Amino acid sequence: MTNPPTPQSGSPDKEPASEAQAAQNALGNTERAEVATEPDRSVAKPGPEPEPKPSLGRLFLDNLWAANTFTVTLLSLVLAIVVGAVLMIISDPEVLSTYSYITSRPSDAINSSWTLVSEAYANLFKGSVFDPEAFSGWLDGANGWQAVLAPISETLTYAAPLVFTGLSVALAFRGGLFNIGAQGQATIGVIMAALAGFLLPLPPGLHLLVAVLAGALGGAIWGFIPGILKARAGAHEVINTIMLNYVATYFLTWLIVQNGVQDPNRTDAISKAVDTSAQLPRLLGDNLRVHAGILLAVLATWAVAWLLNRSTLGFELRAVGANPDAARTAGISVTRTYILIMVFAGILAGLGGSNMVLGSTASALTPLVVAQIGFDGILVALLGRVKPWGVLLAALLFGALQAGGNRMQSYSGISLELVTVLQALIVIFIAAPALVKAIFQLRAARAARLQTSLAKGW
Amino acid sequence: MEPGEIHALLGENGAGKSTLMNVLYGLYQPDEGEILVDGKPLKLKGPSDAIGAGIGMVHQHFMLVPVFTVAENIMLGAEQVRGGIAGFLDRRRARREVTEVSERYNLRVDPDAVIEDLPVGIQQRVEIVKALTRDVDLLILDEPTAVLTPQETEELLTVMRSLKAAGKSIVFITHKLGEVKAIADRITVIRRGKTVGTASPEASRDELAALMVGRNVRLTVDKTPATPGEPVLEVAGLVVDDDRQIRAVDGVDLTVRAGEVLGVAGVQGNGQTELIEAVMGLRPVLAGTISLAGDRIDGWKPKKVLRAGVGYVPEDRSVDGLVKEFSVAENLVLDIYDRPPFGAGLALKPDAIAASAKERIEQFDVRTSSADAAVGTLSGGNQQKVIVARELSRPLKLLIAAQPTRGVDVGSIEFIHSQIIHERDIGTAVMVVSSELDEVIGLADRIAVMYRGRIIGIVGPDTPREEIGLLMAGISPDAAQERNTDAVPGDGPATDGGPASDPGSASEDEA
Repeated sequence: MTNPPTPQSGSPDKEPASEAQAAQNALGNTERAEVATEPDRSVAKPGPEPEPKPSLGRLFLDNLWAANTFTVTLLSLVLAIVVGAVLMIISDPEVLSTYSYITSRPSDAINSSWTLVSEAYANLFKGSVFDPEAFSGWLDGANGWQAVLAPISETLTYAAPLVFTGLSVALAFRGGLFNIGAQGQATIGVIMAALAGFLLPLPPGLHLLVAVLAGALGGAIWGFIPGILKARAGAHEVINTIMLNYVATYFLTWLIVQNGVQDPNRTDAISKAVDTSAQLPRLLGDNLRVHAGILLAVLATWAVAWLLNRSTLGFELRAVGANPDAARTAGISVTRTYILIMVFAGILAGLGGSNMVLGSTASALTPLVVAQIGFDGILVALLGRVKPWGVLLAALLFGALQAGGNRMQSYSGISLELVTVLQALIVIFIAAPALVKAIFQLRAARAARLQTSLAKGW
Repeated sequence: MEPGEIHALLGENGAGKSTLMNVLYGLYQPDEGEILVDGKPLKLKGPSDAIGAGIGMVHQHFMLVPVFTVAENIMLGAEQVRGGIAGFLDRRRARREVTEVSERYNLRVDPDAVIEDLPVGIQQRVEIVKALTRDVDLLILDEPTAVLTPQETEELLTVMRSLKAAGKSIVFITHKLGEVKAIADRITVIRRGKTVGTASPEASRDELAALMVGRNVRLTVDKTPATPGEPVLEVAGLVVDDDRQIRAVDGVDLTVRAGEVLGVAGVQGNGQTELIEAVMGLRPVLAGTISLAGDRIDGWKPKKVLRAGVGYVPEDRSVDGLVKEFSVAENLVLDIYDRPPFGAGLALKPDAIAASAKERIEQFDVRTSSADAAVGTLSGGNQQKVIVARELSRPLKLLIAAQPTRGVDVGSIEFIHSQIIHERDIGTAVMVVSSELDEVIGLADRIAVMYRGRIIGIVGPDTPREEIGLLMAGISPDAAQERNTDAVPGDGPATDGGPASDPGSASEDEA
């Protein structure tokens, strides 16, 4: 991963130049010395300048940006891979048994561990990026060019919906809101997209457009509800979005088995299939799963980056996210902005949901059609450091892990759950930069710790 | 530090006074150098080590739990328990300790009073008692007078003297030259993290100021007499609640005319903040009217009020005035980002914003590494200049400046004051709210004193400051007599409630 090429400068995207500076900023905040005016009889004193009470979200964001350099991200990956390797070894009884006589023949343990781990990770790579065998096979004419691109195709297929949900979470986060509800918004999105996909008899092209927009609309509705509750009633969006996730999930489960929705030829919980006219076109022929969703995802990333950094709305959004008091004082309507943020977040998550049923992953509603894209979106947003292009890269990484994990499971017998564990580990390490720095003895670890302790306020 | 000495630490904004003291109290670790106590080097790992070594600190912001009683707050952190494993809190003992200490040093506090009911001055006293119960020899007071009324300050100075008589040493951090001269035995001036000089209290105020800032400073505001015109802001019978739904502004009538500066003086928390927030549309008006040049503006949204030609320098720049993470340029357009030339439709015009920022930075002498630097990295004075630049860069009918120079270095104070006066001279109505009386006297053409949500007097700038000081404490010279007879228990703003009748009657003697 590289630092995302953010197209803006002078935006709050900038992280403090160094850890030291970040720590210094934090220190500076605690100083409220003031200067002499003429305090003749010292009649009235200026009050102390109260510390602005940053919101929890703001603090988290600050720590995320201040402490999280490219190095930390990279090292987090390395750490997760190392821990993953350990897990592979101890979960494989054969390899583990070699450790019972490690003192007499250490080479056995080392060799078998190495073989297991290296093959597993090699398969992860081959399944997600590039498989040399397929390449030589293509040169020899043993297989077509599709086999060479298959890993990439898989990666992009898995990444596309995650880009949307990651952007959804990131956008809300920049506006100071925790959108835990991307899952629910994506669920409503998938329902609307699917219904539009098999209920509306529309010509090709238009049908697809309507289905995609229906998904966005569904997400928008599901984002609007917590948004307006937050703005009008002060209800915390975290609670509401979590609750709405349940509502959406069980609504989907109920809906699938209703007349007119359930596939008449099936007795299990599956809906009719989306018409082909409403499906996202495949980009590289029918044998490869990659579809136009990834193009939409890149477009969405660009749009969100523009919105955040180059639009008046984004200005309001960032101002509200960074300091709602100052935003209000400057005449920005904080409540309106909160609603808009949630609606936009919902649209993005809803588009992610549409991807799941209009793309190649599935073509009909099932209870698990949305998978975990909403929750994975939170991880993607954090890994991408809540910046649009960072989210795109993070989603690609997660997509690659998914795609590679499939191959790892079938070729090396490593369970797919390990991939989930890897993803979780990466994010944990990213979220706890002090830990990574302590492990790698990075110099700024102390600064990061100081910051977290200061964040609590003494 | 000698035993029984009051040592004043004087320094400019961000000079490093607080940091130094935090190191001394063990909150920060020194990078280099050492601390000697009784000739022995001391290694402090945290505040508990410092307390062990006999160092106590009273922070600028009190570290008290508002819903606990005085005794409970004092035992907090050193809870004594009895009943073995059952661990009952020994409240009786805490109460006894409080009484003991407060008698020994003549610091009257009621151990059973709940902190949130106490006025600020008493709360501070609780902090001092708390430190004293830990048997400290050295007491650090970080800007202790910043929130006190003049009378409360006097009492604090008396307390400090009695502590000194009891052999305690005190480090007194402040930027108030007057207090320093009144009480300190020795003065150390700090500038940019270095000791720049030690002075005796006999040194003149100007000398000390020069030492602090490093150059000679002018402490008065040059201005010509005002030529007031038509009324611009008219407030009548205004009633506003604060965040806790407690009446903060209780029937205020005010008029600010074009071309004049109305100064609003008062101890913080007497409704000034709520008054201006109501004018700006940031706080609902419960009764009364506000008009701007003839138009009723109560009930308008802040954006509409700003658009109508009102400039607003909020009281607390870091909370309400600036988005610290935003760049200087972005902060300079914080309230006009969506107006041409900065925004067209949905798009921002970064070029126009940058160009305007460059101009403003030059015009208002904002010292920043670049227009793209986050505003949080600027010094307090320059942050304030950013706000002033933003508000004065559009044509105004009314400028409301609250605490325009709080926490700002002397050079910036001069500049900001001259800008405010310049705005007055071009015919803008100006309302300056400040708890710094010198600032109000220096800038204002008329001074309104607020006390408990009411204007209790409007006086000219030539009024003796003693009289204004008394007004700020709620005592108008003629009302002093009757006030003495009916000592009303306070139901007003918390900063000045209840037992505040103490300083009241004390000051009445002076009158």
